[in-house]
Amino acid sequence: MTAEPALVQKVTIRDLKFFYGDTQALKAISLPLYEHKVTAFIGPSGCGKSTLLRVLNRMYDLYPRQRAEGEVLLDGDDILAPTTDINLLRSRIGMVFQKPTPFPMSIYDNIAFGIKLYERLTKSELDQRVEGALRSAALWDEVKDKLKSSGLSLSGGQQQRLCIARTVAIQPEVILLDEPASALDPISTAKIEELIDELSAHYTIAVVTHNMQQAARVSDYTAFMYLGSLVEFGETPKIFTAPQQKQTQDYITGRFG
Amino acid sequence: MAEHIVRSFDNELEVLGRSIAEMGGLAEKMLSDAMEALSRLDTDLAQHVVATDPRLDALQRTIEEQAILTIARRQPMAVDLREIVAAIRVSGDLERVGDLAKNIAKRAMKIAGEVRMPRALVGLRHMSDMAALQLKDVLDAYAQRDEARARAVWLRDGDLDALDDSVFRDLLTFMMEDPRNISFCTHLLFCSKNIERVGDHATNIAETVVYLVSGNTLPTDRPKGRGGLRGEIG
Repeated sequence: MTAEPALVQKVTIRDLKFFYGDTQALKAISLPLYEHKVTAFIGPSGCGKSTLLRVLNRMYDLYPRQRAEGEVLLDGDDILAPTTDINLLRSRIGMVFQKPTPFPMSIYDNIAFGIKLYERLTKSELDQRVEGALRSAALWDEVKDKLKSSGLSLSGGQQQRLCIARTVAIQPEVILLDEPASALDPISTAKIEELIDELSAHYTIAVVTHNMQQAARVSDYTAFMYLGSLVEFGETPKIFTAPQQKQTQDYITGRFG
Repeated sequence: MAEHIVRSFDNELEVLGRSIAEMGGLAEKMLSDAMEALSRLDTDLAQHVVATDPRLDALQRTIEEQAILTIARRQPMAVDLREIVAAIRVSGDLERVGDLAKNIAKRAMKIAGEVRMPRALVGLRHMSDMAALQLKDVLDAYAQRDEARARAVWLRDGDLDALDDSVFRDLLTFMMEDPRNISFCTHLLFCSKNIERVGDHATNIAETVVYLVSGNTLPTDRPKGRGGLRGEIG
């Protein structure tokens, strides 16, 4: 029997509070994101799970009245520190949104665009990187003959995988997925879930989802949030078969809280 | 437990629970009738037990179908999932209890004309009282979601095993005393084994109840009787 490798905390969230102006959206959240594991965030709308994801790559910096307190350590360094290089941070922590957001440019350029922001590569190196990204997003075979076509010509499911390819192309360490499959049909959803499974071998993944069965299928750890607080965090099989907290149970079984 | 937002889900679980209760009642009755038939060598009653078994089987099938449909329809999680898995497991155990009772009834019919030693039945009677109590207790524990009561049943199973050993010794003695006893004592030996198995199913149900209520599983090594003859011979 081979022992499981020890869990490494890729991201450590400690006592994280977040404010939209005067409204506190996160109340002292503490939890780890383990390296090369998938962590799912579940909870009713407005519970703070998307907010938490936005903090992880400091998306909120774009808005003046939003602020975070506490610590979010990426490999031990606090990303909330004012000295953090935001561009570098976002190359290390990539994000994919609910609705596919391809740029209005060719499939190839959709991928190459982000890479060129961070690196200078030769044409053949860039080609390789684009192909690699499309392959790891399981999209290569479907688009290899039309790389010059607009990214917008793809189906919704393909567009979403294009966005994942775009994120992967930058070779981040952590990938944040905010409802990545909620606008997709079941087949496309299955492809995204398969992708998450494959990507978790190389990346640390956090996924927000309203689909409980999806959280149960794709994640290793699950965090249940409610009204800005973390109610329960634990191994996914445990959370979905025998959660410890009544609130978690009521939520995942569809009962009145 | 709070109600589901989707009320038809609650209905489905209620129907499952009621069917299990019905199966439980039926299995208990079959066991007590079978033992009564054996004690009194009443072939009519034994016949009745045999005739009841298909009803129990049909109920089990219905429960399984309902449970599978509910899984497909609701994709249950947490306590709901445990509830449905428990229904499938408990109905399986109860169906087996029915089979064992039926087997006792059939043996009662076989030996009706040849029992020579009523005292051979005393130990068996004692065993079946204990098994019936275990069954009743565990069904109550299931109905009331009472983990402590289920654990108590689980712990008591060793007593039944010990009693099975002593019945075994008695029957062996009767057979050695007079070879003419061998035929019916062999049947009684199987009956005692059947009753001991009923106890095992009660223990299974107890484990299921603990899982249903707490989400925890009991250790795999069950409480054992003091061992002895049965253990040595197999």
